[in-house]
Amino acid sequence: MTDTHKAIAPRPTALELFDGPVTDANLRRYLEGIPGIDAVGLEQRAAGLGTRSIKTTSKKRALDTIIGLIDLTTLEGADTPGKVRSLVAKAVTPDASDPSTPRVAAVCVYGDMVPYAVEALGVHHAKGTDSGIQVAAVATAFPSGRASLAIKLSDTADAVDAGADEIDMVIDRGAFLSGRYGQVFDEIVAVKEACRRPDGSYAHLKVILETGELNTYDNIRRASWLAILAGGDFIKTSTGKVAPAATLPVTLLMLEVVRDWHRLTGEKIGVKPAGGIRTSKDAIKYLVTVAETVGEEWLQPHLFRFGASSLLNDVLLQRQKMTTGHYSGADYVTID
Amino acid sequence: MSFLDYAPAPESTAILNLKSDYGLFINGGFVDGHGTPFSTISPATEKTIATIASANDEDVDRAVAAARRAYDNTWSRMSGSDRGKYLFRIARLVQERARELAVAESLDNGKPIKESRDVDVPLVAAWFFYYAGWADKLDYAGAGASPTALGVAGQIIPWNFPLLMLAWKIAPALAAGNTVVLKPAETTPLTALLFAEILQQADLPAGVVNIVTGAGSTGAALVNHPGVNKIAFTGSTNVGRGIAKAIAGSDKRVTLELGGKAANIVFDDAPIDQAIEGIVNGIFFNQGHVCCAGSRLLVQENIHDEVVDRLKERLSTLRLGDPLDKNTDIGAVNSAAQLERIKTLSDIGENEGAERWSADCVIPSEGFWFPPTIFTNVSTSHRIARDEVFGPVLSVLTFRTPAEAIAKANNTPYGLSAGIWSDKGSRILAVADKLRAGVIWANTFNRFDPASPFGGYKESGYGREGGRHGLAAYLKPEGSARAVTASPAADATDSTITTSKEAAK
Repeated sequence: MTDTHKAIAPRPTALELFDGPVTDANLRRYLEGIPGIDAVGLEQRAAGLGTRSIKTTSKKRALDTIIGLIDLTTLEGADTPGKVRSLVAKAVTPDASDPSTPRVAAVCVYGDMVPYAVEALGVHHAKGTDSGIQVAAVATAFPSGRASLAIKLSDTADAVDAGADEIDMVIDRGAFLSGRYGQVFDEIVAVKEACRRPDGSYAHLKVILETGELNTYDNIRRASWLAILAGGDFIKTSTGKVAPAATLPVTLLMLEVVRDWHRLTGEKIGVKPAGGIRTSKDAIKYLVTVAETVGEEWLQPHLFRFGASSLLNDVLLQRQKMTTGHYSGADYVTID
Repeated sequence: MSFLDYAPAPESTAILNLKSDYGLFINGGFVDGHGTPFSTISPATEKTIATIASANDEDVDRAVAAARRAYDNTWSRMSGSDRGKYLFRIARLVQERARELAVAESLDNGKPIKESRDVDVPLVAAWFFYYAGWADKLDYAGAGASPTALGVAGQIIPWNFPLLMLAWKIAPALAAGNTVVLKPAETTPLTALLFAEILQQADLPAGVVNIVTGAGSTGAALVNHPGVNKIAFTGSTNVGRGIAKAIAGSDKRVTLELGGKAANIVFDDAPIDQAIEGIVNGIFFNQGHVCCAGSRLLVQENIHDEVVDRLKERLSTLRLGDPLDKNTDIGAVNSAAQLERIKTLSDIGENEGAERWSADCVIPSEGFWFPPTIFTNVSTSHRIARDEVFGPVLSVLTFRTPAEAIAKANNTPYGLSAGIWSDKGSRILAVADKLRAGVIWANTFNRFDPASPFGGYKESGYGREGGRHGLAAYLKPEGSARAVTASPAADATDSTITTSKEAAK
């Protein structure tokens, strides 16, 4: 951004790292100077973490943890206020047959659905606090990100005005892949600024890298660093509209970046794998990967989320099985 | 309670159907041994698993005679495709009984079940499948047209990968048309005896494979037996030297796969997170009881501190404990004697001025355990940088240039394996070209495949196992002067000439 006197600025630690302004050239030098990724080794490590055997008491605990980390999501062209109200009801009461079931972390909707989500949540809405359910809105011309900056910023500001606690933005993958790192950086900085509320607080910013379009692990690693340097609170794998969406190796890689950033600056950045995580068994592999890569502290809603919709019901079925000792069936959990 | 305190997830031993006593497997059946029986214990609990017969000289003689009869009457007359059928059958039975074999291996050896389940046993099956395919294609093995088998092979295997080393030895020998007398290690005979049951299930003709259990004297009887045409040994350099001496002057062929002190070279442009995993896998896989373990870490000086910090952090997440628990990363050291050796060499390392760091693990009260340990400030003259520890102990050394890395990597009497970590392909090829080691891994470590030959330079032994080369080690060209049955008058210097040629490489 040109006017550095406005509050619009990247993460202060980034400026310290660069020892000066963040330009295209020094971004490139920095991002391309970070050690590479060996794809075979990364996938081997992820597969190894996937063999952890989480049983009995550990499994029960893991299932409850997963529920508390879910961003229960509906992102369809066919979304209506009614659909959103139904989603919210599910978020508040995931399992009507067991009141001890934890609530999910957030509901994630398109920007125009935010008012209905806020209204439906009522007293359960977190409203910027840590207790209650957050409302997350996708913004910045989600999922493609193909719109002018002005549109992206107003899209963001609109959702924040409507009461969104969290903004899930997409990066401009076209700009990234053509090497215009500075443009991607500036956009994230600007969107972060658009997350500012009148009282000076900020909606949390999740930066979606759309890893399926970035294609290589080296690109994903660079984009992760870029998003963190620019001020993202969370780095998120995918929109869920592009295949492949979240994978364990990609999430492991992003967690390693977050761990290295923490080592470098002491700051804690969140990670959100989204799309394609449908079973408890898969989700438990992610928990293990988080805990063994960046630490157990990250298994909290302000540092780790699952972007998912069908995952919740599989977890509930597993949870019921652990309580009652037998499997029920899809009709014993509610659809939202 | 911490999420990371994973609840116990032990693999059940109920799948095992073990006998309390095991005899020798000779001529297709279990028979009594005439040596003093011994117990095999679980190194994690020190509890006895079974009593094992010990073969004396007469027992070994009986086993060799059975192998000779089977060779003369059955196996050498059988077509390659029929031999292949037996090997395929064995491979499939190994897969069918994979879980049982994995549990038995972890119980007897102390290695984590995740390794016996995901590495050892699948590789055992892969080895038999691979060599089964070769059995009817020996003309293309590189030993000339219509090569023939050597005869009776005496095979002596170590305790670190009991069943896998058995497969490395037996599969190529049988594919090439030899019959076998195999001696498993004294501390880990269990899976070889279960394998004998598999051979019965497979209906392998009697005497084609004989398994004689016992200590060093049983091995010596096998090595010195005049009816044996080939000795294949995997184990320590000391014993290997003794074997080479013992068979010098005879016409026995020999392959020796001995010790190692592999360099794992990390350049400053390495993919750092994967390099850390590779270092861990290189030296802490199987508690470091690996002849090709990456026990000397050579790290470029400018990234030394960062690599050591990351390594310590990673080692702190390793789980040491019950080998049968599916979440265990580091199992038990195989024997009290081996633990003693690891402790002694580590103490020497400390006394010589190296800095010792061990992961903070809770050590169980029973059994033999050693925490993952790294030594920094190690110089090339320290014993921990030269002697094979054969345990979870890593020595960290530094280098400044590729030339120095190569010089230090080669500065060892061994030459079994090496690793190179760099993002730059041309550097990997240039360095690999100059390393004197039989196996070189680039951006990975401890990966095995039956199609890939394996073996060493210098004191790491001679001959190759695996791949076409491993097959050729059990074949001789058609019309070769070497007699099939042992004859003292045969060209006595042949095997020693091979030895010096290999060693000069």
